[in-house]
Amino acid sequence: MINTAFSLARKTPWEVIFPNLILLIVSLAAFAAVIYLVFLLASRVNVRVQEWLKYAVFLAPAVLFLLIGLVYPTLRTLVMSFMNADSTEFVGLDNYVWSFTIPEILVVLRNTFVWVLFVPTLSTMLGLAIAYLTDRMKRPGVVKSLIFLPMAISFVGAGVIWKFVYNFQPNLDKPDIGLFSAISKAFGVNPPNWLLEAPGNTLLLILVMIWIQTGFAMVVLSAAMKNVPDEVVEAAMLDGAGNWQRFVRVTVPMIRSTIIVVLTTTAIGTLKVFDIVRTMTGGNFETNVIANEMYSQSFRQMNYGQGSALAVILLVCVLPIIAYNIRQLRRERAER
Amino acid sequence: MSTRKKAKDIFASPIASAVAIIIAILWTIPTFGLLVSSIRPEKDINNSGWWTFFTNPSFTLENYAQVLFQGSTTNPPLAQFFFNSFALTIPAVVFPITLALFAAYALAWFNFKGKDTIFFIIFGLQVVPLQLTLIPLLQLFSKGLVVGDTVIIPDLGITGTFIPIWIAHTIFGLPLAIFLLHNFLSQIPRELIEAARVDGANWFTLFSKIILPLSVPAIASFSIFQFLWVWNDLLVGLTFGGGVKQVAPLTVRIAEMVGSRGSGWELLTAGAFVSMIVPLIVFFALQRYFVRGLLAGSVKG
Repeated sequence: MINTAFSLARKTPWEVIFPNLILLIVSLAAFAAVIYLVFLLASRVNVRVQEWLKYAVFLAPAVLFLLIGLVYPTLRTLVMSFMNADSTEFVGLDNYVWSFTIPEILVVLRNTFVWVLFVPTLSTMLGLAIAYLTDRMKRPGVVKSLIFLPMAISFVGAGVIWKFVYNFQPNLDKPDIGLFSAISKAFGVNPPNWLLEAPGNTLLLILVMIWIQTGFAMVVLSAAMKNVPDEVVEAAMLDGAGNWQRFVRVTVPMIRSTIIVVLTTTAIGTLKVFDIVRTMTGGNFETNVIANEMYSQSFRQMNYGQGSALAVILLVCVLPIIAYNIRQLRRERAER
Repeated sequence: MSTRKKAKDIFASPIASAVAIIIAILWTIPTFGLLVSSIRPEKDINNSGWWTFFTNPSFTLENYAQVLFQGSTTNPPLAQFFFNSFALTIPAVVFPITLALFAAYALAWFNFKGKDTIFFIIFGLQVVPLQLTLIPLLQLFSKGLVVGDTVIIPDLGITGTFIPIWIAHTIFGLPLAIFLLHNFLSQIPRELIEAARVDGANWFTLFSKIILPLSVPAIASFSIFQFLWVWNDLLVGLTFGGGVKQVAPLTVRIAEMVGSRGSGWELLTAGAFVSMIVPLIVFFALQRYFVRGLLAGSVKG
């Protein structure tokens, strides 16, 4: 480790970049060449060979990648969750018992639950409200872009942005550089050390995720609102429904299925969130969540058993959503 | 179209506009604060709020110069990670989209048993948390796959290069890409495909002459999606980069800078903005396609 650090320091960036650049170009060229050759050859063989060759060329690569890269690892993780740290012995349910009894992990589970409770509901509600407001603007373009913008920023970038907002100045004589502290002092309240004090700090991290996800909810819900026929809305108006009633009684029920899609998509994204917590608090000060603890157990503590058990708990949380989605898709296909 | 416009004007309300504009400003302040800070001298960032910039402006590009081009004894400069992010992202977009387009074509237009089952499984795989695959996949890359005494996949010795990260992103991108492209390809009129078949096009020429040109918009939408996803990813880069700085993307380095006490705000703010600039450009230039991809993925029907 020290050796590579030293040799790396002595190398100029170009000496590192150059071989990587060659690898990049060669890989892309090889990929294109293989596909080109396969197509060239495949179009020349006789039709009977083509009938099975088409599966080998078009379907097999993706299916193989998914089998080896997703299906096998998922099953393997399932098995490893019943084994010890280095997967040499079966330990029964020990890892799960650990997950549900150790106080630190209970905090992790509680936090994850709070995340999944707040992020989807609040960002969907906010997104719905903003979609409604921008639908009543003549030129909503810039406003929508600005609210949507955090979606383009990485969770790590968002973590830096908000860590700066939550910056705490312990020295009372020095001016604040964190926006929250400054606002708090402007109202005559001494600011807390935002990211260190539980349980408020988890809520502050959740706020970052809501800041990112609201734009997604707004864009999707706003598109759904545009599909509500004008006649329906106008009919409600003629019946004397006010703005609020029209929104609650007509618009919301008509985009109900899209609202559910937004809620479930956001819930799944929230369960997997790891970057925000890792960047902003490192999971310390009682802010840890399953996805981050799974990473620490697997790749810091090198405890594959406990890491796998946490991953399986994540899977169990999304299973109902998978089942629901597949049922919806079946129904839609049957209607076609 | 004209009724739509008329209805819109009836509903247009100045109060709604005002509230929406205020929310948009509130939403932008944190990012704006970061950007302003990144161009202030070190002394000013650490001793006064960024909002004082407007009463007491001071400007420098020193933070960017330092973070981009000056490495330390243990860390290369950010310029190198910037290159890494590109080198990671381009194949991690090209590979999955190509394979997904192939598979989507097969699932939409070939007739074979078990087609629907495969499609539903792929659809379900979309939401499987990546966390479930990390350890076994990492072992596949470092040790290969051996069942009993049979070597199914040999140890390829690719750990510490870009290749595991490319492959991991390819795998993780496939389910959504196949699903979206399948939805798109199955809407191509059957007559078009059949006419080409009657004209003697085989399955391969059909793909390159008809399917590929028609899919360009769908490919564009999904490429942007995948590009932002890979560029902004931390988990895959961190896990499959094996902690090797030669292949680590920007996100990994920025996350490390936040964690270490050595980096002051002048470097963090500039560094974070360097990592955000490419997605922001992509976002503003291609927002329409991005939104289209997003909607295809979440608004069913």
